[in-house]
Amino acid sequence: MNRTHPVERTGASGGDPIVVARGLRKVFPGPVKDDPVIAVDDVSFELYPNECLAIVGESGSGKTTVARMLVGLETVTEGELSVRGESRAKGVKHLADRRRWAREVQYVFQDPYSSLNGRQRVGEIVATSVALHAGRGATRTEARGRAREILDSVGLGERFVDKFPHQLSGGQRQRVAIARALAADPAVIVLDEAVAALDVSIQAQILNLLADIRAEREVSYLFISHDLAVVNQISDRMIVMEQGRVVDRGRTAELLADPVHPYTRSLRAAVPRPGWKPVRRERLAVQATA
Amino acid sequence: MTTPSTMSLAVARVRDRRRATGFARRTADRLGVVGCIAATILLVIALAAAFAPLVAPYDPDYPDLLASLSGPSPAHLLGTDALGRDILSRLIWGSRITLAGPGLVIVIATVVGTLLALLAAWRGGRTDTAVAWVLDILFAVPGIVFALIAVAIWGPSLATVVGGLAIAYVPYVARVVRGASLRERRMPYVSAAWLQGQSGTGITFTQILPNVQPIVVAQAVSSLGFAVIELAAVSFLGLGVQPPTADLGLMVKSGFDSVLRGHPAEAIAAGTLIVLIVWCVTVIGDRLTSSARSMR
Amino acid sequence: MTEPLLRLDDVRATLRLRGGEQTLLDGVSLTIGEGESLGLVGESGSGKSLTTRAITRMLDPAFRVTGEIAFDGASVLSMNPAALRRYRSRDVGMIFQDPRAHVNPVHRVGDFLTESLVRDRGVDRREAERRAVVLLDEVGVRNPEQRLRQYPHELSGGLLQRVMIASVLLAEPRLILADEPTTALDVTAQSDVMAILEEQRRARGLALLFITHDLELAAACCDRLAVMYAGQIVEQGEHVYEAPSHPYTIELLGARPSIDERVDRLPVLRYDRATHELLKAEAS
Repeated sequence: MNRTHPVERTGASGGDPIVVARGLRKVFPGPVKDDPVIAVDDVSFELYPNECLAIVGESGSGKTTVARMLVGLETVTEGELSVRGESRAKGVKHLADRRRWAREVQYVFQDPYSSLNGRQRVGEIVATSVALHAGRGATRTEARGRAREILDSVGLGERFVDKFPHQLSGGQRQRVAIARALAADPAVIVLDEAVAALDVSIQAQILNLLADIRAEREVSYLFISHDLAVVNQISDRMIVMEQGRVVDRGRTAELLADPVHPYTRSLRAAVPRPGWKPVRRERLAVQATA
Repeated sequence: MTTPSTMSLAVARVRDRRRATGFARRTADRLGVVGCIAATILLVIALAAAFAPLVAPYDPDYPDLLASLSGPSPAHLLGTDALGRDILSRLIWGSRITLAGPGLVIVIATVVGTLLALLAAWRGGRTDTAVAWVLDILFAVPGIVFALIAVAIWGPSLATVVGGLAIAYVPYVARVVRGASLRERRMPYVSAAWLQGQSGTGITFTQILPNVQPIVVAQAVSSLGFAVIELAAVSFLGLGVQPPTADLGLMVKSGFDSVLRGHPAEAIAAGTLIVLIVWCVTVIGDRLTSSARSMR
Repeated sequence: MTEPLLRLDDVRATLRLRGGEQTLLDGVSLTIGEGESLGLVGESGSGKSLTTRAITRMLDPAFRVTGEIAFDGASVLSMNPAALRRYRSRDVGMIFQDPRAHVNPVHRVGDFLTESLVRDRGVDRREAERRAVVLLDEVGVRNPEQRLRQYPHELSGGLLQRVMIASVLLAEPRLILADEPTTALDVTAQSDVMAILEEQRRARGLALLFITHDLELAAACCDRLAVMYAGQIVEQGEHVYEAPSHPYTIELLGARPSIDERVDRLPVLRYDRATHELLKAEAS
């Protein structure tokens, strides 16, 4: 079997990181006054050109908040967050900046049902994105034509162009969401649990599609997931988050083959696999450290 | 992983198939049997009103004083009023204003209310607070009072009353649409459009508005019923449409005097038609409201 | 041979619709013996959840159900309302994917747990609470007395799912129907909840029908597996996971990424409706 060596991949592209996060912190006002919730605490990482970095963690670990801060859906409480040297920590004010940001980082949401406008046709959804980023002079027809090409490249042929999202399956919808992201020709695509809501058979297709996209063009993924098997399949490096903090990081293959940190061990120990038996949480930790 | 239950999926799939068929079928599905009956009745009344010159057997204003207050006969199917005018013809002509007046009220209120609501929902913060304030104040004043104030300033006429009522109906539309827009605003597809770099105006009109449109229409139709009653009431008070123009509210009023003289035909006919119109509009509004809710 | 606890024989569920019928359960046959656990595995739309609904007769009235569903020899489809109520409340216990949707958010956990014992079985309130505390402790809920006074929204998903397990155990059923009980949970909570469910089930000798999309999880937790596709069980037995024989099962197992090794491309399922129909036609 042809295994990909992440070392080679990041090594080959090298260069300066596209995304740099330093001491990132996010505090939400809590349900009770003067009792804030620290969602993200002192998180640092770099995302290099043409690599896939996974952020792994359980619910409430803050992994999605990190991703949302990167694209400006959440403000940054403290710390530095920059894309290609330009800080994003202050948030975005002007429409022109927002559009420029969109050409750098795109986002694919978990739920392909609610992340597409149910009243827009598939072709229109992608064409809207194309028109926003194609620069001046692109006519409506050109945008449509380009949208068709992009849809075709994610495996949705001509017959899907005039369909509405509700006429599509979950996997097809997620392809539309990916096509919309590709329309901006971004350097980074954030995939926020993008395959978590899909059936196993569909999940495999989307994971392959994501690999194909990376084979064809230079793009980095920030892959947010709780699923270690999926992360193992797609990512080169990973960071592990627990309760807002990064507890472990390294090359995905090495980290999963021989986890050292107790939390990573217990996460790995909880994944069902051949010969596995469910164990209680207390024993999971014990088993993991043993 | 969230999997919607298989059954709801299966049912949804079937609904999708239905949704894929034509506009007429879709509308019929949304209205249900009773709603379709109501829509048909309303359509007949509206067509008769629109083509009143062709449909009405007599000139509605032609007084046949010799035949005043005659009962139903082959010549005058519903009889004549105190001035000998054909009641059926006046009903048909009167429906014009009874439908067009409130229609105009609702169109103005819906456009203004929807724009206000979308603005408040998208801008949020102070804009939203300000809009909510204005709406609350408008809410506190009954619609008919607006009509009366307008009449006090500009004198009694249909235009004045329509203007006054239109302002009164803005908050009813705006409140519902604002709530729906705020819900949509939080949906990932709106975040996605924002992340694409679409402008606020673009998002509001291409993303949010199409998704709240069923609610806008439902609310508009539901309000129409109230507007019909209120406009008729203002006419009844003699402050709206001025005689001799045929109007159902006015007919109830002039017929009211004849009732005491033992000739209830005009008042009953005009009153019944108002009730029928309001019933139809209300039924359609209810059906549209519940189907708009079930879409989300 | 003795009658199994639950027996489904050629169960069909047909949805009658304007302009045609749709068969969503297409001849499902399975058995679960006393104290045995069966994992019913399938992707969305395969009919696995419909099967549980059919077993408890909770399908939408728009469905026409034929075939035989027998619980302890009694035909479920011909039960009268009183018998059906008894069957649902005493004989089977249900655990769902989203526990939050199945508890009343304004009732305290204690009321939720003791309500049916007090109301339907005439158990004294104090006694019911005592039993609830014991059970919460057994399913690994710490400070059970305090939990009884809390509201569902104060509990995490994993904790609430353990409360659901306790509530099912309190009713002392003979069969547990668990419909994707861990799908909404994190892996560690999943492991925890499944371990507790298995422990308690074995200790009490309860039968389990475990519905899931996760073949690996089902294989780890159940005595036997049944794999569903398009409303039919394509394969069932004790060694489905180790030695799958049906093409769909084989491909499904291959499509799942592994935590141990990375492949260049994941094998994609070629098995589809057309293949399924073809195989069906060949078999008959």
